[in-house]
Amino acid sequence: MEAAAEKRAKSSRRTFHLSAIYGLWGLIGAALAAPALVYLLFPPKARKEPEWVEAGDAGSLEPNIPVEMVFRKNRVDGWKVISEKTTAWVVKLPGNEVVAFGPQCTHLGCAYHWDGSRNQFVCPCHSSAFSVDGSVVSGPAPRPLDRYQARVENSKLLLGPLQPNTGTRS
Amino acid sequence: MTGARQRIASWLDHRTGIETAVRKFLYEEIPASSGWHQVFGSVAAFLFLVQAFSGILLAFNYAPTPGDAYNSLRYILTELAGGRLIRGLHHWGASMLIVVVAVHMIQAFLYGAYKKPRETTWIVGVGLLLLTLAFGLTGYLLPWDNRAYWGTVVTTQISAKVPFAGSYLSRLMGGESAVGVVTFARFFGLHALLLPPLTALVIAFHVYLVRKHGVAPAPGDELQPKKKFYPGQVYKDTVAIFAAFVILYVLAVVARVPLERPADPTDTSYIPRPEWYFLFLFQMLKFFEGPLELVGTALLPALAVAVLLLIPFVDRGRMVVVGQRTFGIGVVAVALVGWGGLTAAAIATTPAPSVTAIDYSAPTGWLQLSPEELAGIGYFRRENCVSCHLSGSKKEGIGPDLAGTGVHKSAAWMIEHFKRPADIIPGSAMPPIQLSTDQLNTLAAFLLKLNAKNAEALYSAPAFAVDGAMTYQSNNCGACHMVNGVGMRIGPPLNGIARRRTRDWVARHFEAPQGLTPGSIMPAYHFSPHERENLVSYLFALTD
Repeated sequence: MEAAAEKRAKSSRRTFHLSAIYGLWGLIGAALAAPALVYLLFPPKARKEPEWVEAGDAGSLEPNIPVEMVFRKNRVDGWKVISEKTTAWVVKLPGNEVVAFGPQCTHLGCAYHWDGSRNQFVCPCHSSAFSVDGSVVSGPAPRPLDRYQARVENSKLLLGPLQPNTGTRS
Repeated sequence: MTGARQRIASWLDHRTGIETAVRKFLYEEIPASSGWHQVFGSVAAFLFLVQAFSGILLAFNYAPTPGDAYNSLRYILTELAGGRLIRGLHHWGASMLIVVVAVHMIQAFLYGAYKKPRETTWIVGVGLLLLTLAFGLTGYLLPWDNRAYWGTVVTTQISAKVPFAGSYLSRLMGGESAVGVVTFARFFGLHALLLPPLTALVIAFHVYLVRKHGVAPAPGDELQPKKKFYPGQVYKDTVAIFAAFVILYVLAVVARVPLERPADPTDTSYIPRPEWYFLFLFQMLKFFEGPLELVGTALLPALAVAVLLLIPFVDRGRMVVVGQRTFGIGVVAVALVGWGGLTAAAIATTPAPSVTAIDYSAPTGWLQLSPEELAGIGYFRRENCVSCHLSGSKKEGIGPDLAGTGVHKSAAWMIEHFKRPADIIPGSAMPPIQLSTDQLNTLAAFLLKLNAKNAEALYSAPAFAVDGAMTYQSNNCGACHMVNGVGMRIGPPLNGIARRRTRDWVARHFEAPQGLTPGSIMPAYHFSPHERENLVSYLFALTD
């Protein structure tokens, strides 16, 4: 009788030990994993208001003829703010709307250029083509060209942040 | 389900032997006397893993070159979610590791666990102690703030004085001319590349030796049946590890680890102090002068290590019950009292941290505010506006949350409202504010600029700077001087004055400007010592 009782006590102690081991290690793992994921996955706090920079002269634009404008822009890169050369393809659309496209193809980020003979933006990597208003004409590009926020003041073109285009192909 | 799992396990075991190895490790037999006193080795190993984990996470957002090191650490602390916690774990983990390693050694010493055949286990353990200290020494430089820089200057100078090897040592540390980029690269390389794998290997060897000889038994164990390591002792180890982890976590959350000014080799006012576990060595250096200096810098530390290494060869007697090791207990007590006394003496001779030190691990947006806005924070605090007008305040909801919604009224409206609140907003429960018109203007100017983004300055701006700005504002210094682009240029702009003048010069200049700058049109200002102190500290905190 006594031996059986002792065996039962021993086995329940073992169960307690095992659940404590698994439980405590689980807590430790969670307490380390959670902040690590937050630390790696959460975006850093924004340090700067998005700034508007002057990209060039909007007065000289001809309707429907895109022009490549090169300007300097500050970009927050981790713990640094770097001033870098940036490009925009700027075009005056019918209705006098001035549009500035981001310089990267929406397929895989290659730099595209304006092909005057075809009247299209053409990407040299995988042959995506975009019309003058940025919509996809052909090729693998999944969505129209991205646009900078843009406004014209005293015929100067001011550009804000680049807005990813969330539209579909057409 | 269980069948499938067992089949996979046995398939794996056949090919890798993993299960057998784990079983062998877990079901190791340990002496009957094993128990709570033997948990410290496991805790130390666990803390080492936490250091590796938090260190790798820090490295993911850290640039190991002097200028960028500081900026990237500041980025981790002020802009990344969880960054402060992870740095806290790494910082306090280092201190806890030292404590636990020391306790582990004291336990092994008192129980005589170094005796034949376990001499090498002890010697390898002494090696691990030195590796732990090397981690602390090299990691100290990596934040590249003033504390890091000046602490390392002292360390490299000490090692340069070691006889014969000194010049080679300092060349190895890249510190031959000064602490700079080379020293930084060497310390980072040691701390992050060489020491971690080396320590992991030595820990593995240490554990292997413990397993080879078995856990040290106590006298009388031979007659008792042996126990299994798992789960009884693993349970005790786990509980101890968990307790240590809770302490570490609480420290990391609650105890702020400051970040000081970036390393400044031209700073003559800085008082360097090493990390607490090196304070006793620091204090000891004060007792040895002239040719005796080497006694403190090299001879005594080397002797201490030699004594530790020789313990197993000096004490070769039989195992004795811990309670009867009066000599051993006495040695530990004398060592602890000596260490504690030196440490206490070092702390006693360290001046209290200045209230004007700025913690750069917190947001420092207040440094960009104009003196008027900063003084406005002072009035906001002094009139206790905080208690009704900010979200999260004690009387939240009584007044509008000024930071959350922004202020949409004109300055004139606010000033009338400050003077007679109920006249402007019938039924307002706000008490009238008793400030002069100038002060009300200042408060209104600050409120106009207040928004959710800069509201943190309300909390983070240190008292000395707010006081200084209030003095600056009430004496109308801005009528001639410029700070952060605000004010006139009749006198010199005050940003960067810390580079041009000494504190003492500026303080004396208030009293008698013409005495120091002949022809100056600045009138004399006779501040109280407290006002002058805070104003000078504020001006010296300004960014360039």
